[in-house]
Amino acid sequence: MSERRTANPFGSAAVELVIATPSPAASSAVQPSAGALDPSNLSCPVPIPERARVLLGHGSGGQLSAALMRDVIAPALAMFGASPGGPLNDAAVVEVAGGRLAFTTDSFVVSPLEFPGGDIGELAVNGTVNDLAMMGAQPLALSLAYVIEEGLPIDELRKVTESVARAAARAGVRIVTGDTKVVGRGAADGLFVNTAGIGLVAPGVSLSADRACAGDAVILSGPIGLHGIAIMSVREGLDFEVEIASDTQPLNALAAAIVAVCPEVRVLRDPTRGGLASALNEIASASGVGIELREETIPIPGPVRGACEMLGLDPLHVANEGKLVAIVPAASAEAVLEAMRSVPEGADAVEIGRVVADHPSMVTMSTIVGSQRIVDMLVGEQLPRIC
Amino acid sequence: MKYVDEYRNAEIARKLVDEIHRITTKPWALMEVCGGQTHTLVKQGIDEALPAGVRMIHGPGCPVCVTPLEQIDKALAIAARPDVIFTSYGDMLRVPGSTTDLLSLKARGADVRIVYSPLDAVRIAAANHDRQVVFFAIGFETTAPANAMAVRQAARLGLDNFTVLVSHVLVPPAMTAILESPTNQVQAFLAAGHVCAVMGWTEYEPIAERYHVPIVVTGFEPLDLLEGILMAIRQLETGRAVVENQYARAVKREGNPEARETVLRVFEVGERTWRGIGAIPASGYHLRREFAKFDAEARFEVGDIHTREHPACIAGQILQGTRTPLDCTAYGVLCSPQKPLGAPMVSAEGVCSAYHAAGRGLAAPTAFPLYDLQRVDR
Amino acid sequence: MCLGIPGKVVEVRDDGPLRMAKVDFGGVRKEACLAYLPEVVLGDYVIVHVGFAISQLDEEEALRTLELLRMIDSEGVAMELGSMPEDPAAEGSGAPPGAASGAA
Repeated sequence: MSERRTANPFGSAAVELVIATPSPAASSAVQPSAGALDPSNLSCPVPIPERARVLLGHGSGGQLSAALMRDVIAPALAMFGASPGGPLNDAAVVEVAGGRLAFTTDSFVVSPLEFPGGDIGELAVNGTVNDLAMMGAQPLALSLAYVIEEGLPIDELRKVTESVARAAARAGVRIVTGDTKVVGRGAADGLFVNTAGIGLVAPGVSLSADRACAGDAVILSGPIGLHGIAIMSVREGLDFEVEIASDTQPLNALAAAIVAVCPEVRVLRDPTRGGLASALNEIASASGVGIELREETIPIPGPVRGACEMLGLDPLHVANEGKLVAIVPAASAEAVLEAMRSVPEGADAVEIGRVVADHPSMVTMSTIVGSQRIVDMLVGEQLPRIC
Repeated sequence: MKYVDEYRNAEIARKLVDEIHRITTKPWALMEVCGGQTHTLVKQGIDEALPAGVRMIHGPGCPVCVTPLEQIDKALAIAARPDVIFTSYGDMLRVPGSTTDLLSLKARGADVRIVYSPLDAVRIAAANHDRQVVFFAIGFETTAPANAMAVRQAARLGLDNFTVLVSHVLVPPAMTAILESPTNQVQAFLAAGHVCAVMGWTEYEPIAERYHVPIVVTGFEPLDLLEGILMAIRQLETGRAVVENQYARAVKREGNPEARETVLRVFEVGERTWRGIGAIPASGYHLRREFAKFDAEARFEVGDIHTREHPACIAGQILQGTRTPLDCTAYGVLCSPQKPLGAPMVSAEGVCSAYHAAGRGLAAPTAFPLYDLQRVDR
Repeated sequence: MCLGIPGKVVEVRDDGPLRMAKVDFGGVRKEACLAYLPEVVLGDYVIVHVGFAISQLDEEEALRTLELLRMIDSEGVAMELGSMPEDPAAEGSGAPPGAASGAA
């Protein structure tokens, strides 16, 4: 490629780019050592992004994750009719012998294994209990599977397992089955945990991401951003002292309180990876409605704000592990708020917005000058920025 | 947060908007040369709240966006080496080079690490004597003091495995180049607040005088931007053209003398290529000869890189402010934050990314399919 | 190159070749290098960018700017356009005539 430049780079002809496909011989003079990649030798004319491999961003809960599910996983599963299709919810509901069983699974790959406010064991139990709770189900039983990296200290394994036991007792659920595998050094971040869970959906309750209706109230159970920032505070490369602990906790009692006072509740969702913004976008999209938020009502703890300001992160994109969003008919909003606040996990519950018929699939928030701005979904990995 | 929240007061914001409307009697074109300012303007809808004739042209203020393709490709070539730990600010990881980007390289096994400060990179070098640690030293004048100190620190520690890949650019030469262009429409500038916190504003006085353009040193919060715009328009309406300082709480006329001194001890001014724009003389920093041993370009043979921009990407014209993302045929179709063709779509401060996140010009804010390249009729 | 936010210096360490500080940003603390602000002491506010304090926040100026902003009133702004201060690099929101405009 060559550039034809006028004397003034901003001249009217600007910069003309003449595109030529580079031949391998003409490319970079770098002599990579054997086995190293030489990106300038790749001659695919269609440029980035990376298409052939999974990126970290595919696991972040944002748009890339959604694209991976929609374009790769779901179509593959749909072959031979293996997958039922339908909106993606936190758990599946399966009709069984006259009842409805909620069924979910989650893998936990957090690093470090222990962080302010909890560890991977507690996270795993609460995460699965919460996915069941978001479908209106009380957890019946959990499975626990470990993939352990060779070399993990036995004491750590014991400690994590004790956390699992403690968390399960707190949530009122039992671990009934499991599996343990060990992989070679370097093949896992110390420990990967998978939990699966089943629960019975309460009769008369029908929670799903596609049930939000114009006019409904959007309620948040408490302050956001704690888990993600707590994790970031210890992770390599973003090390700083923060008096923030993960908010990981079981939400089944809170969900039960909501369902008891408002069986017509439309959607319950815990905004984990991708944050509040991604969860609301998914709901708006599945239901074909718009959501309008009031920024001043969204509770964000001071240190979370400070950390986000410093790193250039949006608190609405930061993961939570002990919060839920409830979409309820407007008439029930007051009663639901009161019921939530009577339970410790919902003490700070607050209404943060409304579902509207306008701008379907879009979540908006008012700007400082009074217009509406779009609250988008996280794209890929949250990268701290400098600008 | 103290000294932040107060400058986000909605009531004062609306008063400022009203005042801008009250005093504006003619159409004006203003340019901000700072990605952080662009980000706030677009995100908060400030540019759309201005009087109809007042246009904010978004200047080349995003250092991530203007880092020349050659430097990105060099970074990729270096990062691909197994003996290298490549460290960088987070923003740079998704910027597309000719064929790939740092994040994708990381996915394929390259040791690419995000650092918050260049001193972190020095620490990594000190802790990994058997590896080569390279730091991607990009930025405007704001970041140069940090990068300079990292080099000095590495020298002090006697590190022989630490190098920097430099791609610093300077604001005043870019402003001058824009003003010299026959197609220039910019009548006033908002100068970047933190660039001036380091450099002061003495370099802008001759520019204001020579080209008769008001230049207002402006902060980054919504009230700062609105006040800066108000001050600029007041000057325009009265025919004045001087440098004013809206960001008085952080900027003094002489800037930060210690920082400037250290920067010039380590770097010298030279020509730099701005991605999508071209070479601008005396518009960037290069390492001084005394520090050549810390120059990644010398340590790793990365000459003779052939760069290739995507043909549909009009980043150059967007960075010059002659086009907006809405004029781009690829915007929102072939080019989106998930699969960016050019730098302004990657960086959170890039104009295209700001527009896309705000949903401007998009039919519906759906996540674009990863593997679908079909055109959507708009 | 802008992401720099104001924080309060809550700890200073003079050991080692570089003067370092712990800066508090609304409750979250991070280390920052004070090498470029030798005059800064405990309790001062600084603007930190990529781990370096690059500018000391002038609290008086901060308050002054806020006061002037609050005075902006589209109904009857005190200042007339013609009576703006003439000296270059005039600061603040164009103070009403008679108010101190501050030296450059």
